[in-house]
Amino acid sequence: MSGEVHDMPFSIPREEFMEPGHTACHGCGATLAMRYVLKALGKNTVVSVPASCWAVIPGAMPNRTLDVPMVYTPFAATGASITGLRAAFDILGKEDYNVVGFAGDGGTADIGLQSLSGAMERGHNVFYIMYDNEGYMNTGVQRSGSTPYGAETTTTPVRAEKNFKHQQKKVVADLMMAQGVPYVATATVAYPEDLIRKIGNAKKIVGPKFIQVLSPCPTGWYFPTEKTVEISRMAVQSGMFPLYEYYDGKLRVTKPSRPVSIREYVSAQDRFLHLEDEDIERLQATVDQRMKTLLDKERETSGA
Amino acid sequence: MQKVQKYNAIMTGNEAVAVGVKLARVGFISAYPITPQTTIVEKLAEMVANREITAKYVEVESEHSAMGAVFASELAGVRSYTATSSHGLLYMHEMLHWTAGQRLPVVMSVVNRSIGPPWNIWSEQTDSMNQKDTGWLQVYCESNQEALDTILMGYKIAESSDVLLPLMSMEDAFILSHTSEPVDLPSQEEVDSFLPGFDLPFRIDTGTPMGYGSYSTPDGPFMELKRDMMESMRNSRRIIERVTREFADAFGREYSGLVEQYMMSDADYALIASGTLASTGKYVVGKLREKGWKVGLIRIRFFRPFPDEELVKAVSGLKGVGVLDRSVSFSPAGSMANEVRAALYRKSNIPVAGFIAGLGGRDVKVEDFQNMFQMIRDGFSGSTYVNVRGGA
Repeated sequence: MSGEVHDMPFSIPREEFMEPGHTACHGCGATLAMRYVLKALGKNTVVSVPASCWAVIPGAMPNRTLDVPMVYTPFAATGASITGLRAAFDILGKEDYNVVGFAGDGGTADIGLQSLSGAMERGHNVFYIMYDNEGYMNTGVQRSGSTPYGAETTTTPVRAEKNFKHQQKKVVADLMMAQGVPYVATATVAYPEDLIRKIGNAKKIVGPKFIQVLSPCPTGWYFPTEKTVEISRMAVQSGMFPLYEYYDGKLRVTKPSRPVSIREYVSAQDRFLHLEDEDIERLQATVDQRMKTLLDKERETSGA
Repeated sequence: MQKVQKYNAIMTGNEAVAVGVKLARVGFISAYPITPQTTIVEKLAEMVANREITAKYVEVESEHSAMGAVFASELAGVRSYTATSSHGLLYMHEMLHWTAGQRLPVVMSVVNRSIGPPWNIWSEQTDSMNQKDTGWLQVYCESNQEALDTILMGYKIAESSDVLLPLMSMEDAFILSHTSEPVDLPSQEEVDSFLPGFDLPFRIDTGTPMGYGSYSTPDGPFMELKRDMMESMRNSRRIIERVTREFADAFGREYSGLVEQYMMSDADYALIASGTLASTGKYVVGKLREKGWKVGLIRIRFFRPFPDEELVKAVSGLKGVGVLDRSVSFSPAGSMANEVRAALYRKSNIPVAGFIAGLGGRDVKVEDFQNMFQMIRDGFSGSTYVNVRGGA
């Protein structure tokens, strides 16, 4: 135990709040997301989880996998439940409890959007972490509002008709920015230091915090299970999932350091297998346009 | 003769309910406005603004979220309250199951209002009848005083470790919610000595991390947990009787447990009713008694737990009974009539008439009650409508 490795400064807290033995799929990005979020927030945290992969990952009653209390809620109730938890802990003098809604993209972009928007508007001192695996993965890979253009899912199947998702991804973080939520960020599991730093920044704000964490899903995106971090990184480098942070009214966008093309990104996942050149070009164009919009907003809000 | 009750205030049912919430020292209130519940939550918001109560009040963006917030605060260990009506209650339906399934003794007021279409804001019980199998205790109040007192008794019953199920207390739209009556307001000291503070044994604590509501396989504890809920509902009758007695001792107001019997000791025929329709029914019983009819009235206070044993006892010796439903059901009779008939099956041979009346706030007049009693005396055992155009 005297190895110098242990003397190295770690950029990620070493303490674990997620036990081994959970039931997630191999290569699950959502599992990494929870692990890092809890490392960043620590023991004094209560997590509220709606119907989603994470309602199943801890295993059947009475098993659990988290070392913090986890409240299970119906699908649409994440925003409402963190409202009640925050109020109750404040009443009981437990202001130091971190209250975290931890919901998938279906539970956030679709059925839970009203509850989320209400909670953020009311200004409660809560975190809302959206783990975005771009579809209803727990129920068997159906399309959600957060599924990107071009993806095949079990409800957007590509057969004689090429019925892949033809609509653009609804980016909830952008909606939250537009709503004026005091802290909004995007992050992904390939960059845990960035995710943990963002949670640290968010924690300084007494008010609602929203972080959308892209959490690749080998089961539903059809890529090899060892590629989760690689795909997560490519999503950022290709501009498919730009990383940004918005607070104090200022937007800061992370510029891809080694840009990769959309063609490279989609080629690495079989959910995009059917895309023709023109589909990929269309997707590339919308990705470029969105990045330009974000960079414009960054310039506008920086006061430069 | 009914005694004239002692009173120290005159207020609407909704105001009385708000005072009950204040006296119960509720810590967290979350609600969404809907007619005719609104004056409850307006009054509570005003009390918070006036620093008359220390509760936290959060107006959320829907009834689903109101119950979502209240379920979570209760699980964190804070006595919580909400109120709704009609479509708002239907919108909460999923969360009602969740709150009961988590064994959280929330108390909620429901102002009984019809369900559209067509839109209609008047009195009818379809909203709460649709929630009869959500695991909530259900109380139908007859007066503003009872509406207030039921909040106080409600928390004590629901929070009992033998019950740990939520409770909804019903007021008829406008007839109670917006009509002023004399009410006797207890003092805070009296209520404090009757109703202890809330202490949820399994409340959330980061020192003892647990999962609250994780999944269960068919061979897991699922069926046993549901059986425990059903058994707790049945066992709550004992707690209801006890708390009702304790309430009478503390405040001098006698409620009759699950059902109230009015002029039943020598009755041959009776009508079973709930809410304020029972009040009109009692008046008509008095009038018919003057004409020599041996009739009485059985008022269902608690529809959940269902008072089957109490009803069997109450109808023993009768020659006929009728059940008055103010709700829409697509089963062979009204919801209350169905359950009364099931309760009396093989326990009684008397005819059980079913009456559906007062939908969408339609008046149920004195002569309607007289007709119902006439039909009961005639041995009617079918189901029919009252005061409906185009014939029953």
